[in-house]
Amino acid sequence: MAILINETTRIIVQGFTGKIGSFHAQDMINYGSNVVGGVTPGKGGQTHLGLPVFNTVKAAVKQVGAEASIIFVPPAFAADSIMEAADAGIKYCVSITDGIPTQDMMTVKNFLRRFPVEERMILTGPNCAGTISPERAMLGIMPGHIYMRGNVGIVGRSGTLGYEAADQMKRLGIGISSSVGIGGDPINGSSHRDILEMFENDPETKVVLMIGEIGGPQEVEAGLFAQAHMTKPVIAYIAGLTAPEGRRMGHAGAIISSAGESAAEKVALLREMGVTICPTPAAMGATVAEVLARL
Amino acid sequence: MDIHEYQAKEILSGYGIKIAEGGLAYSPEDAVQRAREIGGHIWAVKAQIHSGARGKAGGIKICKTHDEVEAAADTLLGRRLVTHQTGPAGKVCGRLYVEAGTEIAQELYFCLLVDRSSERIVMVGSAQGGMDIEELAVTNPDAIIKIYIDPAVGLQDFQARKMAFKLGLDAEVISHAVKTIKGCYNALRTLDVSMLEINPLVVTKNGELIALDAKMGFDDNALFRQLKISELRDKSQEDPREMAAADRGLSYVGLDGDIGCMINGAGLAMATMDMIKLAGGEPANFLDVGGGASAERTEKAFRLVLADKNVKAMLVNIFAGINRCDWIAEGVVHAVRKIDMKIPLIVRLSGTNVEEGRRIIAESGLPIITADTLAEAAEKAVQARNEVVAKEAAGA
Repeated sequence: MAILINETTRIIVQGFTGKIGSFHAQDMINYGSNVVGGVTPGKGGQTHLGLPVFNTVKAAVKQVGAEASIIFVPPAFAADSIMEAADAGIKYCVSITDGIPTQDMMTVKNFLRRFPVEERMILTGPNCAGTISPERAMLGIMPGHIYMRGNVGIVGRSGTLGYEAADQMKRLGIGISSSVGIGGDPINGSSHRDILEMFENDPETKVVLMIGEIGGPQEVEAGLFAQAHMTKPVIAYIAGLTAPEGRRMGHAGAIISSAGESAAEKVALLREMGVTICPTPAAMGATVAEVLARL
Repeated sequence: MDIHEYQAKEILSGYGIKIAEGGLAYSPEDAVQRAREIGGHIWAVKAQIHSGARGKAGGIKICKTHDEVEAAADTLLGRRLVTHQTGPAGKVCGRLYVEAGTEIAQELYFCLLVDRSSERIVMVGSAQGGMDIEELAVTNPDAIIKIYIDPAVGLQDFQARKMAFKLGLDAEVISHAVKTIKGCYNALRTLDVSMLEINPLVVTKNGELIALDAKMGFDDNALFRQLKISELRDKSQEDPREMAAADRGLSYVGLDGDIGCMINGAGLAMATMDMIKLAGGEPANFLDVGGGASAERTEKAFRLVLADKNVKAMLVNIFAGINRCDWIAEGVVHAVRKIDMKIPLIVRLSGTNVEEGRRIIAESGLPIITADTLAEAAEKAVQARNEVVAKEAAGA
């Protein structure tokens, strides 16, 4: 099953003909993702990487049945592209674009909430590495070969730290159902909690590894959800134990702004909620292995 | 990006917020001249640094004569002020704002910011302004008023009125308060402000509502469309190493330890720093080189890390996705040769083209220590650092 994407998901690329869009579109095709075309306004009717280019997302939905999209357009135009995808009836959208203004993301979230829940597009990112359901489909920019198919769900803010987790697990022979990057920005499409809910409902996923960081309320909210509604074990690592307070560490989201948002406080709260904590970032794989062994 | 009080006040006054008369000074003579122009018998001489809690750090002086203004300016200019928001290094005061004294009847707290939980703009107020609002939030949370603003329709008059009444303002000040609150909101929406704080917002004895202080922070991601705001940047208020990094597209934060780091991705960088600490070391910096690390960029990153003379060993940890390990390895070898690096270097590569990357490092003939895993990399870095320190001790 996996969540969000599988080998049949019909994918389009927004910002298809650009350098970055082209590179990653080809990479996704090579991985086996079902890429059916792309959108670049003004280049509709052309063929790129052997696939049709459309002027609008709506045309791509109509003509090639696009269901999922991935966004590589520059930050100034990314919010508009996300809303276009939602309006056109895309079911799932990943925004790779980094550097989208916060107020633009507020507008996007507000726009998405206008749709009834069952018709509302799911958005992950921005500023993320995307989603992969190993050995089936990749909708992102990750190195696909480090992921092995299996029963562990991964949700994380950071791209490279997610790779680290997948790599540690592969070394121990542990596979992944899906790995979802939710991005490092203060306002993002889906939260840790939203993705935990999807993993809880996915028959293939047996345990979930949540990779969080300092700043923001999402890890603790996810912990509360896991405590109240999840039957599957949740394991967490929170990066930033050494981060000094009030300093920005690259991600706009990683700002310690109030009580309960430092790494140590998050770890203590999550532990109380029954979440298994990885003692070190080098022990993510080993901790997952221990939890799997107890099932 | 943060701006100074005087800049924030100038912006806000354009949005209808009342401020006390004041002027900028770069010297004690300037300060006296400003006091003369303003007139009256009492002035506040205020250090312009990017930090709150300036009063507690001695950065605001109340003066009753021109001589006092001159003396205050002389003391403050060039002085390094340390507050709980600046970190131990403090911030140097290079300019002053001289302001007419205000007779205060009531001190309030007001701020607008983006709330991550609700994904909305929230308006926060308290009738107990001037004091430490963070402390108040803990000891007496009921004294803090929060009103969330629906992004679809924006701030409504009734919400501004509600805030004004809850702040305990007299009926005759309410309409001015509504104008002030709406002005702040309009500034926030128009200029991509991420945080706007007026502490204190005061009612004067003449019944006027005045922003006695103002702090504004802007969304860095939106500066591309706020060119006038970008021009207000004061680089003297920012860490020079962080500025140098930002100018090169790198994200750097200097810390107090002695193991230098170069990592791709903010999350992996934080995790690597945690791992160094768990292995018994202290990171000297956070440095995210991001994706697409070219040889030039790698060299710049090396120079930045090594510019910190405390650094005793350096750890490179790259998990290549968009990056490729062979490119990184070439960049590292090039940087080490070009810079003539003297301290131990530990390199851990993983991900795309890892074998090729490792081969380049091995064949370079350079004394680079390699590691396969995150744990091994951190342990080797701490060990190398300890050996350097032991050697230095033996030499001394």
